[in-house]
Amino acid sequence: MAMLEVTELGISFGGLRAVDELSMKIEEGGLVGLIGPNGAGKTTVFNMLTGVYRPTDGGIRLDGENLIGKKPHEICQMGVARTFQNIRLFPKLTVLDNVKAGLHNKITYTLAESLFHLGSYRKKETQMNEKALDILKVFDLDGMADYKAANLPYGKQRKLEIARALATEPKLLLLDEPAAGMNPNETAELMETIQLVRSKFGVTILLIEHDMKLVSGICEYLYVLNFGRELAEGTPAEVLSNPEVVTAYLGE
Amino acid sequence: MKKLKNLSPSTRDNVICYGLAAVFFIVVQAMIAGGLINNSLKGQLVPICAYIIMAVSLNLTVGVLGELSLGHAGFMSVGAFAGIVVTSSLADVIPSAPLRLAIAMLVAAVCAAVAGVIVGVPVLRLKGDYLAIVTLAFGEIIKNIVNVLYIGRDASGLHFSLLEQGFELGEGGKMIINGPMGVSGIQKISTFTSGIVLVVITLFLVLNLINSRAGRAIMAVRDNKIAAESIGISTTRYKLLAFVVSAALAGMAGTLYAMNYSTVVASKFDFNTSILVLVFVVLGGLGNIWGSMIGAAVLTVLPELLRPVRDYRMLLYAILLIAMMLFNNSGIKQRMLDKRGMKQMEKLEKSEKGGA
Repeated sequence: MAMLEVTELGISFGGLRAVDELSMKIEEGGLVGLIGPNGAGKTTVFNMLTGVYRPTDGGIRLDGENLIGKKPHEICQMGVARTFQNIRLFPKLTVLDNVKAGLHNKITYTLAESLFHLGSYRKKETQMNEKALDILKVFDLDGMADYKAANLPYGKQRKLEIARALATEPKLLLLDEPAAGMNPNETAELMETIQLVRSKFGVTILLIEHDMKLVSGICEYLYVLNFGRELAEGTPAEVLSNPEVVTAYLGE
Repeated sequence: MKKLKNLSPSTRDNVICYGLAAVFFIVVQAMIAGGLINNSLKGQLVPICAYIIMAVSLNLTVGVLGELSLGHAGFMSVGAFAGIVVTSSLADVIPSAPLRLAIAMLVAAVCAAVAGVIVGVPVLRLKGDYLAIVTLAFGEIIKNIVNVLYIGRDASGLHFSLLEQGFELGEGGKMIINGPMGVSGIQKISTFTSGIVLVVITLFLVLNLINSRAGRAIMAVRDNKIAAESIGISTTRYKLLAFVVSAALAGMAGTLYAMNYSTVVASKFDFNTSILVLVFVVLGGLGNIWGSMIGAAVLTVLPELLRPVRDYRMLLYAILLIAMMLFNNSGIKQRMLDKRGMKQMEKLEKSEKGGA
């Protein structure tokens, strides 16, 4: 059984059919890309997978469990984490606190312990700090733990967002255009980071990306979306030599 | 000063907050001992403490949670009248005034928290301006309900009514809350010391909350609701938590405030009071707890201190408010903040170059 099974997924906004009859299967440990021209509905698919939008048709199952109708925070607790196309950090919190917020459901203590700093407060906070620093170290961000997230340079903000998502210990990580706005050097570095994340944290990754070098470099399987419908799927070599895909991207 | 700079930002805030409370207490005690304090200022001491608590608790909603609430005085009202009912009911049972006050505050906190849940559940589904307007409405609703509330006590216990007609008490009965006439003949049991104790308790709870798992969740919701949901934080839950804690603290402040006067009427806790507290918070800085303390203390005393210049008193007060607003929005403050941000960036670049 595939880890993520999407069957005939569709959503309409008024008269607009944003996504239609999309089916996907992602195996555990896979690194899969979702590509397509602007406005094809890729981010809408992510929003349905994470419960931000409720699909009008179709089904989503993670390890056999139904995700439709669940709230975003519940879906996260079931093991799906994501990053955003336009970075969404907690800008006024420190880098460390951004990751600690991601640990919210992983290291917990009660409200009374929060209000009075009694019981396991100190122990749990120390655990959180250590764990968060461990994650930051992977992204080479541990030296900036005390900085406000808003003060980080762009590339590091992208990394911090991935670090925060990983803190929730997901089974499935969704990356929405991780290389957007990066130069070729930064993109190359990001490709290494993504590979490292997969091996170190053992997550399955689904990513949206326009950078074909990144996509063909690290993805094992691709789904191509155009006007909300699946245009093609297969290995990067198959998909990128498909004339329909080339037409969708470059025009006639 | 240098030592203060080396502390982590949250520890530094804690030190400043508790330090301010301690300094305030010591200075006032010294002034009382030295006879340097006049009667009108002395009368302001408990209200100052009550307003500090109001400002700190409202900052939890407005600064930490990031939702504008315009009905905070409503919760103060609930706490004030709940506290009055408790103290007057227990007057014969518990002779110790401080103990009676403490019990009254606890009951007031619970009542205000319940009001906070009732108001918060529908209101927190809204955002921004809509939320602000509805909190304003709820503040007025609370005021109007208390305004027609009749509570009395006789041999058979407490009696409640929202109608004056037909409200009769048995022999030896005593009215506690008399509708729009409010309450009179309150035994003044609030003292400056009890006020400071409550300020410290408030600081303890609010600062602890901010520096905890729950506080981080609340600030995450403020900074980016969608991102907070995406990492498994229930936004409804943490919004309500901040709102209810804020309401409960306002309730305690209400009891403290009411027990300082012999007469209290519902119309005291109206829209103007809510706005006044909001002014303390905004001028002290959103999310800045010690800023709220200074804002509340200074702006409560200021009209008293400006009494000598009589006619120009409110004019000066207004000018000062405008000046502070201008400063808060001005390039000066922005430049100060930018400088701090730039320093961090520079340090970052240096360390990168060093590392590479």
